[in-house]
Amino acid sequence: MDVAIKKKRGNKDYQTDRVLSSKEKFWNIVIFIVLALFAFTMVFPLIYMVATSFMTKNQILSGSLTIIPDPVLIGKYSEVLKKGQFVTGIFNTIKVEIPVLIIGGFTSSLAAFAFAKMNFRGKNILFMALLATIMIPFAVVMIPQYVLFTKLHWTNSLAPLIIPGCFGNISMIFFLRQNLYSIPSELMDAAKIDGCNYFGIYYKIFLPLMKGALGTQLMLWFMGIWNDYLAPTIFLRSERNWTLQVVIRSFNSYYAIQSDYALIMAASVIAMLPTLVLFFLFQRVIIESIAISGIK
Amino acid sequence: MASHKRVKTKMSAMAKREERWAWLFIASPFLGFMLFMAYPIVFAVIASASKWTGINSLWGNMVGFGNYIKILSDVKFWRAMGTTIIYMIGIPIGMILGMLVAMGLNRKIPGKRVLTTMYYVPVVSSLVAVSILWAWVFNYDYGLLNGIYKFLTGTHGPNWLGDEVMVKISLIIFMVWKGLGGTIILYLAGLQNIPRDYYEAAMIDGAGSIAKFMNITLPLLSPVTFYVLITSLIGGFQVFVEVQVMTPSGGPNYSSATVVFYLFEKAFTNGQLGYGSAVAVILAIIIFIITAINFWGQDKWVKTID
Repeated sequence: MDVAIKKKRGNKDYQTDRVLSSKEKFWNIVIFIVLALFAFTMVFPLIYMVATSFMTKNQILSGSLTIIPDPVLIGKYSEVLKKGQFVTGIFNTIKVEIPVLIIGGFTSSLAAFAFAKMNFRGKNILFMALLATIMIPFAVVMIPQYVLFTKLHWTNSLAPLIIPGCFGNISMIFFLRQNLYSIPSELMDAAKIDGCNYFGIYYKIFLPLMKGALGTQLMLWFMGIWNDYLAPTIFLRSERNWTLQVVIRSFNSYYAIQSDYALIMAASVIAMLPTLVLFFLFQRVIIESIAISGIK
Repeated sequence: MASHKRVKTKMSAMAKREERWAWLFIASPFLGFMLFMAYPIVFAVIASASKWTGINSLWGNMVGFGNYIKILSDVKFWRAMGTTIIYMIGIPIGMILGMLVAMGLNRKIPGKRVLTTMYYVPVVSSLVAVSILWAWVFNYDYGLLNGIYKFLTGTHGPNWLGDEVMVKISLIIFMVWKGLGGTIILYLAGLQNIPRDYYEAAMIDGAGSIAKFMNITLPLLSPVTFYVLITSLIGGFQVFVEVQVMTPSGGPNYSSATVVFYLFEKAFTNGQLGYGSAVAVILAIIIFIITAINFWGQDKWVKTID
C-alpha cells in the first residue's frame, strides 16, 4: 500500500513537473532573449568606444549614425603610444603597483595571520578599529593627507600613492583573515611544538596555504590602483608623475577641443585593457569574492 | 602545587612571546591607520574651525563655527547637496533592475556566465575611461545617443550634458549603467542562498508566482537589499570623478556638481583648506549617520533564514 501511494504521488509529481517544465521552458526563452538584449545594450557603449577609436575624423563628425568604422583606421593606437606623456603614465602606474602590491601584500597577509591565528590582548578592539577605517570616505581625509604629504615633500614624487599602500590594505586583511579561519589551527600548534618561530609559521605554513585568496585580493587591489583617479589628481603636483588615469583625463580635455575623439577613445581603450583582461581571465574568483562581500 | 605553578608561569611567558610577535605583525597596518586615517580625521576637525589656506597660520585664523555657518548659508553648497541627493534616484532604479536581472539569471537559461560577465564589465572598467566614453556618447552634436535619436525621429536630440535637467538624468543613467553589474552579482548570490524547498513548499500550498515573490524572495533578499542600499547611499555621497570628467566646471549653472565636487573645488582649486575641511566634516557626519542606521536597522528590517 505504502509503496503504491508513494509511486502514485511520484507519478503525479512527475506530471506536474513536466507540465510546468514546458511552460517554464517558454518563459526561460523569453527571459533569455530579454536578458541578452539588455546585456548587449549594457556593453554596447564599450563596443562603440572601440569602434570610434578606429574611425576617421570625417566619419565621426559626419553627423549621421555610424557604428562600423569605414575605413578602419588603426593609426590612432600607434599615435597614442608615441605620446611620451601616455607612456610615462603607464610606467608611473606600474611604479606604484609593484612596490604597493609586494610590500602591502606582505604586511597585509602578515597582519591577517596574526589576527586569525595568534592570541594577544586587544585583538578584537584593534581589528574593529582597523575595520572602521573602511567606512571612512577618502573625501573626508584627503585634505589633511594632502597637507601631510606636502609637508613631507612627497608631492613631487609618487610617494603619496606608494607609501600609504605599503602599510597594508584593510579590506585585504579582512578577507585573508576570513580565509585563514577555514584553515585548521592545529597546524599552528604542531608547528609551535616543532619549535618553529611565528614568522616561520606564517612564511612556511600559512602563506602557501592562503596563496589563492592572496592572489585574488592582490588582483582586486591591482585593479583598484590601476583605476584610481582621485588620489593621483590631488597628490601628484608635477605632470611628469601623472599616472595613466590622470593622463587620459587630461587627453580628454585637450583633444576634445580638437574633436580628435578617435585618439581619446584609443587612449581610453588602452587604459581599460589591463583590468578587463584580468577580469576575463579570473572572472569566477573575482565575482565570487564580490558576492561574498555582500553576504558577509 | 609548586610544579603546577611553574608550568603556569612558563605558559604565560610563551603567551607573552606570542603577543609580542603578534603586535609586531600588526604594527604596519596599525601605524598606517594612525598616520593616514586617525590623524587626518582629528586634523580635519581642527582645520574646519580655521580660515586656513595652507599658507597662513592654522591656529592664528580660528573662526570657530564660522566655516560651517558660511557653508550652510551658501546657495552653491545646497545646490550641490540637492544634486547629490537627486542622483540617488539611480539607487532604487539600479536595485529594481538588478533584482529583476538576477532573478532571470537564476533560472535555467543558456549563457548564464557570459551574460553575467557582460553585465559586470562596466563595474571593472576604469571610471575615468568610461566617464570619457559616456561624455562622448552624450555629445550633443556627434554622440551616439543623439545619433540614434536623429535616426529614429529625424530631429535633433536633447543637449544631454548642457541642460540643467538633462545633465542630472544623464549622470543618473551613467551611474545605473556603471553599478548595475555589482547589484546583479549580489542579488544573484542572495537568490542562490534561498533554499529551494521553500518554493516547493509554497507550490504545494498553491501559491502563485507573485505570492512566492512577495512572501519568500523579497523578504529573504532583504539582507542583500539592505547591504546594497547602505553601500550605495555611502557611495552616493561621494560621487565625484564622473561629474568632474563629464562636466569639468560643474555643469550649466552648477547643476551637476556634487558635495565632493564642491569640496574639491573649495579646497584644491580655491585653496580654502579650512573651509574644505568643514565640508569634509559635514560629509563624515552624514556618512556616520547612515552607518549608524545600518547597525541599528539591520535587526529591525532584515529578515534572515533562521
